[in-house]
Order: sequence, then structure tokens, then C-alpha cells
Amino acid sequence: MPVRTVSVTVNGERRTVKVEPRLLLAHMIRHGLKLTGTHTGCDTSNCGACTVLLDGRPVKSCTMLAVQADGHEVTTVEGLAGQSELHPVQEGFKDEHGLQCGFCTPGMMLTAKALLDENPDPTEDEVRWALSGNLCRCTGYQNIVKSVLWAAKKQRAAAGETGAGE
Amino acid sequence: MTALDEIKIGGLGASRRRVEDNRFIRGKGNYVDDIVLPGMLHMEILRSPVAHARIVSIDTSKAWAIPGVRLVLTGEMMAKRNLAWMPTLSYDTQAVLATDKVRFQGQEVACVIADDPYIAKDACEAIVVEYETLPVVVNPEQALATDAPLIRDDKENQHDNVVFDWEVGDAAGTDRAFAQADLVSKIELHYPRSHPSPIECCGSIADFDRSTSKLTVYMTTQAPHIIRAAVSLVAELPEHMIRIVSPDIGGGFGNKVPVYPGYVMSILASILLERPVKWIEDKTGNLISTGFGRDVYLRGEMALRKDGRILGVRMHTLSDHGAFFADAQPSKFKIGLMHSAFAAYDIPAAHLLARGVYTNKAPGGVAYRCSFRVTEAMFFQERMVQAAADDLGMDQAEFRRVNFVRDDDFPHRTAFGFLTDSGQYGKCLDVGLEAIGYADFQERKKEAASRGRLLGIGISTMTEPLGAGNSREYDILGIKMFDSAELRVHMTGKALLRTGAKTQGQGHETTWAQIVAHELGLPAEDVVVEEGDTDTAPFGMGTYASRSTPVAGAAVAMVARKIRAKARKLAAHLLEVSEEDVEWELGRFYVRSAPNRGVTIQECAAAAYSNMPDGMEPGLENVAYYDPPNLTWPFACYIATVEVDPQTGVWDVLNFVAVDDCGVRINPMIVEGQIMGGLTEAYAMASMQFITYDAEGNCVGSNYMDYLLPTAWETPGFELHEVVTPCPHHPIGAKGIGECATVGGPAAFVNAVMDALKGFGVRNIDMPMLPDRVYEAITTGRDVSGHPPVRQDD
Repeated sequence: MPVRTVSVTVNGERRTVKVEPRLLLAHMIRHGLKLTGTHTGCDTSNCGACTVLLDGRPVKSCTMLAVQADGHEVTTVEGLAGQSELHPVQEGFKDEHGLQCGFCTPGMMLTAKALLDENPDPTEDEVRWALSGNLCRCTGYQNIVKSVLWAAKKQRAAAGETGAGE
Repeated sequence: MTALDEIKIGGLGASRRRVEDNRFIRGKGNYVDDIVLPGMLHMEILRSPVAHARIVSIDTSKAWAIPGVRLVLTGEMMAKRNLAWMPTLSYDTQAVLATDKVRFQGQEVACVIADDPYIAKDACEAIVVEYETLPVVVNPEQALATDAPLIRDDKENQHDNVVFDWEVGDAAGTDRAFAQADLVSKIELHYPRSHPSPIECCGSIADFDRSTSKLTVYMTTQAPHIIRAAVSLVAELPEHMIRIVSPDIGGGFGNKVPVYPGYVMSILASILLERPVKWIEDKTGNLISTGFGRDVYLRGEMALRKDGRILGVRMHTLSDHGAFFADAQPSKFKIGLMHSAFAAYDIPAAHLLARGVYTNKAPGGVAYRCSFRVTEAMFFQERMVQAAADDLGMDQAEFRRVNFVRDDDFPHRTAFGFLTDSGQYGKCLDVGLEAIGYADFQERKKEAASRGRLLGIGISTMTEPLGAGNSREYDILGIKMFDSAELRVHMTGKALLRTGAKTQGQGHETTWAQIVAHELGLPAEDVVVEEGDTDTAPFGMGTYASRSTPVAGAAVAMVARKIRAKARKLAAHLLEVSEEDVEWELGRFYVRSAPNRGVTIQECAAAAYSNMPDGMEPGLENVAYYDPPNLTWPFACYIATVEVDPQTGVWDVLNFVAVDDCGVRINPMIVEGQIMGGLTEAYAMASMQFITYDAEGNCVGSNYMDYLLPTAWETPGFELHEVVTPCPHHPIGAKGIGECATVGGPAAFVNAVMDALKGFGVRNIDMPMLPDRVYEAITTGRDVSGHPPVRQDD
């Protein structure tokens, strides 16, 4: 198999990897970059467990070739927290019991982050709609929705404090 | 010294935030596919494209020729090592790799081990298999026909497709009850085949080390110790040379109890190649070949008196087990605990006849929060109850109330012989009726009808048997169904707890520490919990059938009490008084006559290592194996209100109320999370979920395009309430809860839609109640069955 070189900025760090053109981005992230927080839960692009952010937007990394990410910025769950602090979405999931087995959690949180970046004050329906590409078997979603709304509130409060405003 | 606040230290009743979350929200969980070992190879499975066929030949030469391929295994090669077949947990056999013929679509035919999974997949495609197809059997009626093809022609003395005939209850007494009936109500249902479908599929990494003769297998298993025993039997390796490690599991839901061929093949491959071999199945492999749930045809009759009293019940089940009888269930019971049906009702006589059959489908049956077939039992019960109430012209809530076992009748012996432990069924129902607004609902329904809208309300009141089980009656492969806990308190008062259960998201690492906090007054955060490694955890039967809290949770309390008993001796020594003069309050012993003179549990722990009395063994640790005296019987009332659109057959949930009573709640937050997850599965089964087979035996539902899981968008909101009736025989009064909502939930949805369709002449729509089925029922005024197709030969 021919091999191509891919350069991706992952969680702020530039990474260069040699891959076969057919290698899925999810597998490059998990096995090539050893970032195993990104999971694979299906083979038909439905479950969203492999969701990462590509230039800030959620993509299902099982449905992209690694070579297609060349030159782009990827954020995985491992890049969600800051140096010491958790991202509000992570805090929200813990505080509102938005996870059980934890397998959908990384993808779910990244989709939620992308939603809140775009819409800092979503309604419950907007949260449910935004998350509808991410399947969860454990929670019944209710606490996930609460987690995202918790994070939104926390982010808005923080933005208010720093004067970033509405 | 003030007494400890139990809630503040994370004890019983605290909605303690989960310790598991700290790694999962950072992507630092450790699931099987995250594990990479030096020199690790990858395995892929070639599956049968047809449902029933003789294997004429398998040509693997092209696969062997692909660079990077290390091994290609076929049934013939497995057979040479006596591994082509393996025993199941139900005393049947299952093909590991097919030798004679394939018996279901998706069955394992060959496997490839290669340097990387992409190469292994390529090589699977290069294997050429010639099949000679045979007539296919896709439902039990076909299987029982006189000219049906024999599926298990591998078994001696198997001359038909019957797996078992089993019977329980009092046939003659039930006949007498029916002779006295004013009215006999009947119902026929199909509980369709579904799949637990955890988001993480099954997988294993087998690592045989020739230099130590030790086999280590990292595996998605809910019952690692049972697997160790099974591997020892199948692979003929001594048990102390087998280490099964069940790391973080991405959901199990009963799917990860059985032994699968993929595990066995990866083990053999590792032994042959002397390198680690990883097998991770894809979703199609998971849905098409691993343990499904349900697939039971239920027929029942209820003998009724005019005043609403139930005199007797007859049940008949016809269950479809696929090609191999591989259910993980207590060996004494062939159709699980189906005879727990009607345990909430005071019924004088009952009888159950059960028949299981082989078909050309994947094996399974017991999975997906079923508590050993209780899902089917309670669905049948609550659908039967609604049909009976309708036939009597009685209010569905009142009919239940009239027949409930009364609060002062516990422990209560059911007509099928179970002994239920405690209950307040009437109170539970009342809380639900109040919350849903039952009193006003008929008005709302009438008002909606005037606008052409069909509203319905459906109740499901149930109880279920959780925590198998006492050694007299419950075993798997002869191993009694106890469980265990081992607690080590370190010198500084911190502790390590290990149990024989295995969490798959239910929060054991958080809740077991809460039981220790309750018993010893050690802050929960000072107790680390581990499960799943058979080299370190005490032997247990694993986690399924909501048995962890009833059995392993009891063992945790018991081992903590053993620790406390020793700590009391240490306290007496430190306080220089006799043991009889020492009193206990949470976290502290004190002198009865001088309450200010005391020592903390932490001080006792230090003394155990540094200042123990003469003759006392040093250290502060112990182990408890718990053989439960009885099952625990939580109960619930689930009520759904729905609106059905008669133009399309689409139905929407207006409101859903769940009232659960699982006795003492260790962690209310986690209990509620379990209930909401379970209700979502119930909604999925009622509304969208099933796996069916066409007449050729093609599996429809082998991927997420066809097998539907509800998303956040479809899933309704749930309103939760509670009643607390402690379990009298459990050390902390707790009952199981994990499966209640999935067991009791589906009937509430179906009963609600049936209530909305009252007056249309419809008595039943089989699940899932897809809009086309509901529409058909409305327009034809007839019941709609979801029976799979029967082959129409020209």
C-alpha cells in the first residue's frame, strides 16, 4: 500500500504521521496518535462515539480518511480541558451524572462544546436536536441535556464576570 | 467529638458524584480496544452470508498469500485441537468455527490473524467458501412442523428442533380455578427479538506467554470469573494459569455475559503464535452474532370472578433460541424466571408450560436488562391485566388494586412458588396516579376526542426477582450464585475494596465505597474500588440480572462488619476497657460510661499494624462470600400518556411517570440514572426496535441503519418518583434496580396506545408499535401481529 504523510494540529500540537490513504481518521487518532478517548461504536456512521472537532466543527472521524484531515486542526476529548481546569462541559457531565459507562461521553461532550460555541444559551430542544447524531445507551439523555445546560449556564456566568458580555 | 454526618462522608443515601467520571470525561478510560501490547496481532472473522448450508469447501490459500497475514484458522483446524465446538452456559454446545454446516447468517466460518486489522479484513475477503444451501427455519412454528429440516444434526439423540419442554406451577389447581371462573380472558403476544447493542462491541486480547505458561485475556466480560472457569474447561488450561481482566466496559446490558467464538479463537491464535492477539468485532458482527434479547411467543388465559378477583392464570411460552442454546441463566430454570409473572398479584393458582426451539438464527435470548426473562414475564402480566380489566369493564387501576398482594401479607408465597420479600404496591400505584393526573385524564381524553385526537393512558405495575441467588436453587455451570467482597484497610485508614461483580457503567466504584462509608465511617473518597481482574478480585458470578447490590453489595456490607468486629477488639485494647464496654457510632468506638473517651476507626487501623494486643493477628482486612437467603423484590409503577394521530399512526408520549421502590437507595443520583436509561430502552422496544429475519434467513437489523436506537430527539422526558420499602433480609435493606424500568416500561407504552385505540376493536399491536402497524390497526379494526414471515414455497 502506498503511504502518505499527514500533518494535523491535534489539541494545539502539530503531529506528522505516515498513513495509508484508506486509513480512517478515527483509527489514526486512536492507534497512530494513541489518543484513545475517541471511540468507535458502529460501522454505519450513526453513533457519533468517534466525534472530534475539525476546525471547531463536529465530525464523525470514522467517516473521514486521515488524509482528508491534512492541514486541519483536530480537537479530541484529551484536548478539552485546560492545563488544570476542566472544560465546563466536562464539569457539567460529572455534576449532572451525564455519563455511566463513559463510552459515548467523549463524542457527546465535543458535540456539546461545538453547540455552545455557536449558541451559548440553547433551549432544551436545541440541545436535544444538536446531540441527535450521538447515541447513548446508558443515560436516556435526560441528564446529558441537563449537563449541557449546566455547562452553558456556567460559561455564560464566566463570560459575564470577565466582561465578555452577551 | 461530634458524630460524623453520613451524607457528608459519602455514605448511604448520598448522591455522591462518581469517581469513574474523572477518567471518562478526560478520555482516560481503559477499554479493551485501548490496550496495546508489544507484538500484538489483529484478528478478523469471516462470517457466513447464508443462514443454513453445508460447507462444501474452504479455500484459504489466497488469504495466506497476503503479506502481513500470520494465521488463517478454519473449523477443520480448530477440530484438530478439539476446539471446533464449545460448551455454552446452558449445557448445550455451540460451534466456534463451523465444520459441518452453518446454522445462521453471520456465523463464524474462518478467521485471519494479521499485522493490522485492515490486512486481516482484506484476507477475510480472499477466503473462498463453497456453500450448499439448505431449507431455512426462521420461526418456531416452522421449526416444529413435521417436515422441518433438522438444524442440530450434530447432536446425538436430537431428532427434532425442540430445545426443551419445561413446566412449573399447579396444573390441576389451575384447571379447578378456571372451572369456577365467571369469565376467562385471553391474550396472545409476540415479544420480538431485540438486541442489547452496547455502544462498545465485544472484543478480547489474548496473550499467552510460553515462558510462564500463563494466559492473560483482556475481555469485554460481565462475568470474568465464570469466563475463567469456562476457558479452563474449553482450552484445558489450569485455572491458576488463566488471568481474565475485564477493564472498563462500554456498556454490557447482558450482551457481554456469554462466551463468544471470537474470544476462543483469539486465545487459540495467541497460543499458536505466542503473541498477543486482539479481536474487536464491528457493529454488524455484534448485532448479527452475539446474544440477542427476547423472541418469545406468549399465550395466556386468566380466570376471573365478576367482582374483579383473579382466580388463576395459564401461561404458554414458545421461545426462539436460534441455532445454539447459549443463554446465560441459572441452570435449573429453562425459560429463566418467566414464572415470576403475577408475583405482585394475589393469585391462588397458576401454571406455565414453556417450549424452546432451535431456528436458523443467532443464539441468545437472555440479555438486555431482562433479569432472566422477567421482561417477558412482566410484559405478559401487564398486557394480560389490561385485557382482563377491559373484558370485565373495570378501571385498569382499580383492577390492579383489587388483586395486589397487601402490604401486611409479606413475605408472600406466589402461585409459582416464589417468596416475595416486601412491598407497598397500592401506595406505589397511588403515587403514580397522582403524579400523572389520573383523576382528570378521562376528561382530557374526551376533550381531545372532540378535536379528533386520540389520547391514551397505560399503566404497568410490576415486581421483579433480583439478586440470583441462593445456593439451593441458583447455579451456572454448577457454580452457586453467590458473590463476594474483599476489604483491606491500610495503616493510615485508607482502604482497597474488591468485589466479584463487574461494573459496566452502573457506578460500582462509587457506590460500593458508600456502603463501606456507611458501615465503617471511612469517608467514601478514602476507599478505592476495583473489579474485573480474576488474579486479584475474589471469585464472584459477575454483574447481570441486577444482582450486584443484592449479592455483591451485601458482601461489601458483611466484609465491612467483619472489619468492624476486629476494630472493636483493637479499640478495647487502645481504650484499656473490655470489649463489652465499647460502643460504636459511625466512624468511632467509645467507652459506654465515658462517651468522650474514644478512638476513631482510623486509629484502630493504625493500631492493627503498630499496636495490636498480644496474640492478635496483625493487619485489618477480610473477605466475605455472600450466599443470599432470598431474591430481592423491587417493584414499580410506570404510567404513560400518549397521543395517537389516527391519520398517520404516529404516537407521541405526552408524559411518563415512573415510581420505583428498590428499598434503601445507596446513591439516589445513580439509581435515577439507571431508571432513565432503562426507560429509554423500554421506549425503544415499544416504538422502534426489533431484529427480524426474512424468509431466506437474512437478518434485518444487523446495523444501525436498520436497528434503531432512539436519540436525544425522540426520547421522551421522564418524571421520577419513589417509595421506600426496605428489603428485610438484605444487610442494608437494599434491592436491585438496574433492570426494573426496562422490564416494566414497555407494557406502559403499549397499554397507553391500546387505551387510545379503545373502541376501534383492537386488542393488541405487537411491538414495536411502528406507525404503519398502528395505522393498520386503526384502519382495519384488527389486531396487528409482528410475526416473522413464513416461507411461501411456490
